[in-house]
Amino acid sequence: MDQHTPESPRTRGLQMARSMCWHCQSAVTGEYFCERCVKVQPVSKETDYFTCLGFPRRLTLDQKKLEAKFYELSRTFHPDFYQTKSSAEQTISLGNAAVLNTAYRTLRDPIQRAEYLLCLEAGSVKNIRTSPPADLFEEILELQDTLEAYRSSDRDSQKGRELRVALETEQRALDQRKQEMEAQLQRLFTEWDQLQDRGEATSQARAERDRLLKQMRDLLSNRTYVTSIVNDLAATIA
Amino acid sequence: MTRIVGIDLGTTNSLIAYMKDGQPYVVPDRHGRTMVPSVVALTDNGLIVGDSAKEHLTRSPERTVYSVKRFMGKGLVDVQDELAYFPYQLTETGGVIRIRLGEKSYSPPQVSAMVLKELKRRVEAYLGESISQAVITVPAYFNDSQRQATKDAGLIAGLEVLRIINEPTAASLAYGLQEKTQGTIAVYDFGGGTFDISILKLKDGIFEVLATNGDTHLGGDDLDRLLVDLFIGQVQQQHRINLSEYPDHMQAVRLEAERAKIRLSDDLKVAITIELPDGKGHFTRELTREQLESLALPVIERTLAPCRMALKDAGLTPKDIDEVVLVGGSTRMPLVRQRVEALFGKAPHCHLNPDEVVALGAAVQADILSGGTTHMLLLDVTPLSLGIETMGGVMSSLIRRNTTIPASAKEMFTTYVDGQTGVDIHILQGERELVKDNRSLARFRLKVPPLPAGVPRIEVTFLIDANGILNVTATDMRTGQSQSIEVKPSYGLSDVEVERMIEDSFKFAADDVNARKLIEARLDAETLLKTTEKSLVEAGHLIAVDEAQGIRNALSQLATVKDSTDPRAIRARMAELEQAAKHLNVVMLDDSLKKSLQGKKVTEVT
Ligand SMILES: Nc1ncnc2c1ncn2[C@@H]1O[C@H](COP(=O)(O)OP(=O)(O)OP(=O)(O)O)[C@@H](O)[C@H]1O
Ligand SMILES: [Mg+2]
Repeated sequence: MDQHTPESPRTRGLQMARSMCWHCQSAVTGEYFCERCVKVQPVSKETDYFTCLGFPRRLTLDQKKLEAKFYELSRTFHPDFYQTKSSAEQTISLGNAAVLNTAYRTLRDPIQRAEYLLCLEAGSVKNIRTSPPADLFEEILELQDTLEAYRSSDRDSQKGRELRVALETEQRALDQRKQEMEAQLQRLFTEWDQLQDRGEATSQARAERDRLLKQMRDLLSNRTYVTSIVNDLAATIA
Repeated sequence: MTRIVGIDLGTTNSLIAYMKDGQPYVVPDRHGRTMVPSVVALTDNGLIVGDSAKEHLTRSPERTVYSVKRFMGKGLVDVQDELAYFPYQLTETGGVIRIRLGEKSYSPPQVSAMVLKELKRRVEAYLGESISQAVITVPAYFNDSQRQATKDAGLIAGLEVLRIINEPTAASLAYGLQEKTQGTIAVYDFGGGTFDISILKLKDGIFEVLATNGDTHLGGDDLDRLLVDLFIGQVQQQHRINLSEYPDHMQAVRLEAERAKIRLSDDLKVAITIELPDGKGHFTRELTREQLESLALPVIERTLAPCRMALKDAGLTPKDIDEVVLVGGSTRMPLVRQRVEALFGKAPHCHLNPDEVVALGAAVQADILSGGTTHMLLLDVTPLSLGIETMGGVMSSLIRRNTTIPASAKEMFTTYVDGQTGVDIHILQGERELVKDNRSLARFRLKVPPLPAGVPRIEVTFLIDANGILNVTATDMRTGQSQSIEVKPSYGLSDVEVERMIEDSFKFAADDVNARKLIEARLDAETLLKTTEKSLVEAGHLIAVDEAQGIRNALSQLATVKDSTDPRAIRARMAELEQAAKHLNVVMLDDSLKKSLQGKKVTEVT
């Protein structure tokens, strides 16, 4: 454990006013570096991950371009390239690299990307589901019973084998269900992107936006719920 | 610019490498050996390290430390099961193992520092410049405490550790530099004490680790132990002797087991000879490769589960792997190669020397840090999930395993009781649900201003830096004030202790240098004695009688002083002997020249 707090380059006022270089106090016009003193600038706390990686807020991204941008920015910010610089610059590069890594990790995965976008657009934390979605309610309650019976049964007995077969069938059904949800999500993602691309400011567009956000959120939380059930199931019969 | 070196601090062997004109080189000793055995022995004349210390394994086992890497960042409970295998005495103070060597106890970082100092001396003598900065490698699966302990070892040895990098990824850098490949590679690193698997994507000079897994307690040492147990059991059965009661014999058995294992990588059978205590003769048998393999198979199989996990975490299947790179001495075993080939469905790549490739990669990373190599960049991951203890003894994950580093997570803390002035935070590493099944890293107390419950808002940032080491900072969101955090490591040395050890290491440096000089002087004296005696026998008749007598006198004087503790006295006597034998050597040379010329035609000579 590092017992020293890494020296902080007095970044406080800075994160709010990134327009001024922390080092030479001149106005920052460059993207990541001060054009006057060539010092690296900290990524503002307010910068969202899309902006950080230079992508529009869309749910379908070109993975290749995303990776290329991530590599390019890694070459810009990675601490390896700041070893010979001042400790203030090292701290900034460390912080920026950490933000960049989180941004890339989040945007790389379509589900995480959508959850993040929801959070940005609707300003709320993930809504975590603790009870099964309505259309799966019966099925999942029944599954819980079967799981319970299987756990307490002798796995090599006739009964154990039957339960196992039942669970495997159920696993396939849930997997199938998960894939359907993902396909449906993908359709919503496309709709969202199209809506954004049109860039309309009508009340109809706003209503459309709210509908999409709500549907995505419900679907995402249902998917998370099903995923955890599937994982649990897989672990039990593994 | 000052030079940064790369160091592979291994369980069994350590190496040091440097970069020149874009190519890494391993530093050899004067005999051309590149590996320094990671062995430290306490002799009557002080501490010695490396090949000369290795000779003491059987001579004074209780004062000769090997495989110390297994104890880095650990408490005694962690190694309870294997205590019986180590002939030296282990204790614990403040959550840190201590190794008894004579009158004193040393922490594992201190012992490792002795190995590091030896490497430092070696490179300084070789390059003729002083070295103060290094990149040191660790197993990818090392946790925070083990990494921190390695960093401490560097500090104690007088080295600024600019970067801790993972062994398999270091190997990938050396591999990438040579092969200039693009694609997905798996690095399978099976050494003396640890096993690592890393899966990387190589593209346009970026080495992106996709996933890593391993076992920091699985290596060639474990194979040796299986053989040791086999031999001991048989000796017990056939001779009714319990060898484990004889530490020096145990060491001999261990060395014999390792020798046999290594031989069986090339041969199909090997003869085993173990000397029994108290002049009871020898135990002998034959060991076949097949026998070794049937014993070793379960251990080797244990490396496959981490490989599958890493593939799964990377979202890949074996057929997505373009190349499998083998690292570590234990990958020389044919059975290991077979199993790896079977798992990945392709023959592994073995063009690189598996002993040296990690040190070479560390030198490449050192060159990247010093600004020499600019086209390569390693993006590594943290091997284990990091979290904090929450209600009910459950771990809440903050940074998941296989997250690219540097990585950070923020967590907001508040109070439950009015006027509460502190919040205790317990940091953990591991993949399990419950706190008790994970590794405790450290605890600290967050200072909170006394306010009504729920009002304080302290944001804690957990940052894993590019070394894979955790840094914690906290900010009071109401005032914007940041507070420094005193973290108490669960299994590590405190800063104060490290400071003291650094001081100690300087204090004893003089003793150490003396011990080393003495050993070198003795070795050189022995060589000189032998060669001069031989010359006397061969050519004594060619010189005057009193001249020969003079040489004999100088010989016996050197022989007496050789065992003293003063290297300068030994060197002085050596100089005298060399002087006395100078003429003899000339005469011998002439004589042998003459002999070789006899019978040859004159034309051949000119
Ligand atoms: N030809 C061989 N066949 C089988 N095993 C071998 C062979 N050569 C060396 N070994 C074993 O390899 C191990 C040492 O390997 P290596 O030097 O790579 O380990 P290390 O780097 O010191 O350890 P680690 O990386 O685990 O810290 C020893 O257990 C040794 O017995
Ligand atoms: Mg190694």
